[in-house]
Amino acid sequence: MAIYRAVGRNWLTRGLLTISNNPLRVCIVDSGPAGFYTAEKMLKAHQEAEVDIIDWLPTPFGLVRSGVAPDHPETKIVINQFSRVAKHERCSFFGNVTLGSSVSLGELRELYNVVVLAYGAESDRFLGIPGEDLKGIYSAREFVWWYNGHPDFKNLNPDLKSTESAVIVGQGNVALDVARILLRPTAELATTDISKHALSGLEESSIRKVYLVGRRGPVQAAFTTRELREVLGIKNLNIGIQEADLYRAPADEEELKKNRIQKRVYELLSRAATSGSSELNPCQRELHFVFFSKPDRFLESDDSSGHVAGVHLEKTVLKGVSPGKQIAVDTGQFEDRPCGMVLKSIGYKSVPVDGLPFDHQKGVVPNIRGRVLGNTSGDPALCENGLYVCGWLKRGPTGIIATNLYCAEETVASISEDLEQGVLWSSSSSLKPGREGLHQLLSNRNVRFVTFNEWEKIDNEEKRRGSSSSEPREKLICWEELLKSAT
Amino acid sequence: MLISRLSRVGFPIIGALSRGISAHVCRTGCAGSTYCQRHWPETWWFQGAIYQRNRYCSTTAASADSADKGEQQEISVTFVDKDGEEKHIKVPVGMSMLEAAHQNDIELEGACEGSLACSTCHVIVMDIEYYNKLEEPTDEENDMLDLAFGLTETSRLGCQVIAKPELDGVRLAIPAATRNFAVDGYVPKPH
Repeated sequence: MAIYRAVGRNWLTRGLLTISNNPLRVCIVDSGPAGFYTAEKMLKAHQEAEVDIIDWLPTPFGLVRSGVAPDHPETKIVINQFSRVAKHERCSFFGNVTLGSSVSLGELRELYNVVVLAYGAESDRFLGIPGEDLKGIYSAREFVWWYNGHPDFKNLNPDLKSTESAVIVGQGNVALDVARILLRPTAELATTDISKHALSGLEESSIRKVYLVGRRGPVQAAFTTRELREVLGIKNLNIGIQEADLYRAPADEEELKKNRIQKRVYELLSRAATSGSSELNPCQRELHFVFFSKPDRFLESDDSSGHVAGVHLEKTVLKGVSPGKQIAVDTGQFEDRPCGMVLKSIGYKSVPVDGLPFDHQKGVVPNIRGRVLGNTSGDPALCENGLYVCGWLKRGPTGIIATNLYCAEETVASISEDLEQGVLWSSSSSLKPGREGLHQLLSNRNVRFVTFNEWEKIDNEEKRRGSSSSEPREKLICWEELLKSAT
Repeated sequence: MLISRLSRVGFPIIGALSRGISAHVCRTGCAGSTYCQRHWPETWWFQGAIYQRNRYCSTTAASADSADKGEQQEISVTFVDKDGEEKHIKVPVGMSMLEAAHQNDIELEGACEGSLACSTCHVIVMDIEYYNKLEEPTDEENDMLDLAFGLTETSRLGCQVIAKPELDGVRLAIPAATRNFAVDGYVPKPH
């Protein structure tokens, strides 16, 4: 204890001395929840830290802006907290700066004492089954980025007019989000910050039936209660759940006993199954939960347009593999589900950048409590000096915004430990150019970066445009327009 | 029914919690001193405006009380932070514990600013008697509690616990998130 305290005091003194002449230079890559929580905790924990956040988009906040559904404005309130972090005197934002092309990872590590990668998962997992590249099949991420006005997906233009049925593969919250956007009355979406192009697309949509397909049963569904309750409560929506699917085997009971969310999700689903009205109103939309089914291949339409016409589904059954864990196994029984659109919501995938160790199997950067390991062997001696990860890149694409709070706390604790033990500061190169160096490098390369002040100009412009139609904002969706509004 | 269920399950948890806390209380704030820097108190006025809205819709009993007994009435609340340190504050009747925490520089997260869209203001009511004096959590609060880290039988969201006279003396623990942080099969190694 005495030693610990002495180290602590020593560190504190050193910290105070370094404020003016040698700040701890920290760079965080990408400004989603993981990045901002890391910045907040670094600023709080280290008075000598100067934190720069870079992002490949001109706009901050990552998935809070491009992932959170437009009809969930209260979830986006966390932006207020992140904005306070960005405006902190020791924090700077550099938008429109891409890791890999504007600046390499090697260069960032030269410029900064600490680099924290928090760029998440920008790609999608694949099913790897025949027909996956047919027209009309999208990843849920593409669809989400389209309705959320991401500048790279404004032209996705999914065809919602030539079909009545859509299949969503996957039974998690993203699946529920896209189902809700497809089924919710568009009048309710009109007052959100949904992109204009998506609103008009949805207004003309002929999709009335949405099938949510999952390999396992209602006990194993990965929804959370709030999102499920919300979709079940949509006006004029008929919910389809097969009674037989609600059967609980002893292994299911075991799972339910241990997990509060699963238990409450199951209860909501059973209640919805029994409360559905028996006579179908033809103008009602329908949401069907299709359990115990997995896509085997996608069917092409007969007109050889290369368009999807349905999904060939294989029925599954559950098999216990360990206590409390059941997996879906094939049965050899098939059925076809006709549809004109498919959204795959089976998970995001992180992509590596040059010079970054990457575990391709798990889709994450190998790390110990946020410290990047040189390879996947798990040997702590092989930590990359000054390189850390946080968020989805660190632990895989699961969890809610708040998960990143704890994730960032862990990564920052690792950084603090490394600082205390002299791992970072005792190196001969502890004097780093940091922010000034990055400025220099970007101006040498003519990279036009967007500061937080400039983002606020974009923000004001979006709010101004939205106010005429009682929307919280109308997002700017062209790169040129975003950069123009920033000046 | 509820009481018996809670006394069965809740007491061991609370017992363990208070043991953990008393072990921590003696520690001086030395190592953690860098954490004492408060974050941007000048912004709370803004959040206060938002809390007004939630206070209005989240309690009926408390507002009736405050009308009867005058707006100035305050209760004593003790927050026990994640390092086990106690902070005693006075909270006006009708105010949420989230708002009270922020007004008193207590580090309780509040990502959605009290709009029931997150679980970051999770607090643990340390005494079962006080827990039972609260109204049952709504479905919406329970949906958020589902996602709270380190959930206990006496967990509530700070934004939904509204000061009322019966709560005078209540003790609320802010869970130590990192101790409970384990995601999807990742098992933290012991130090």
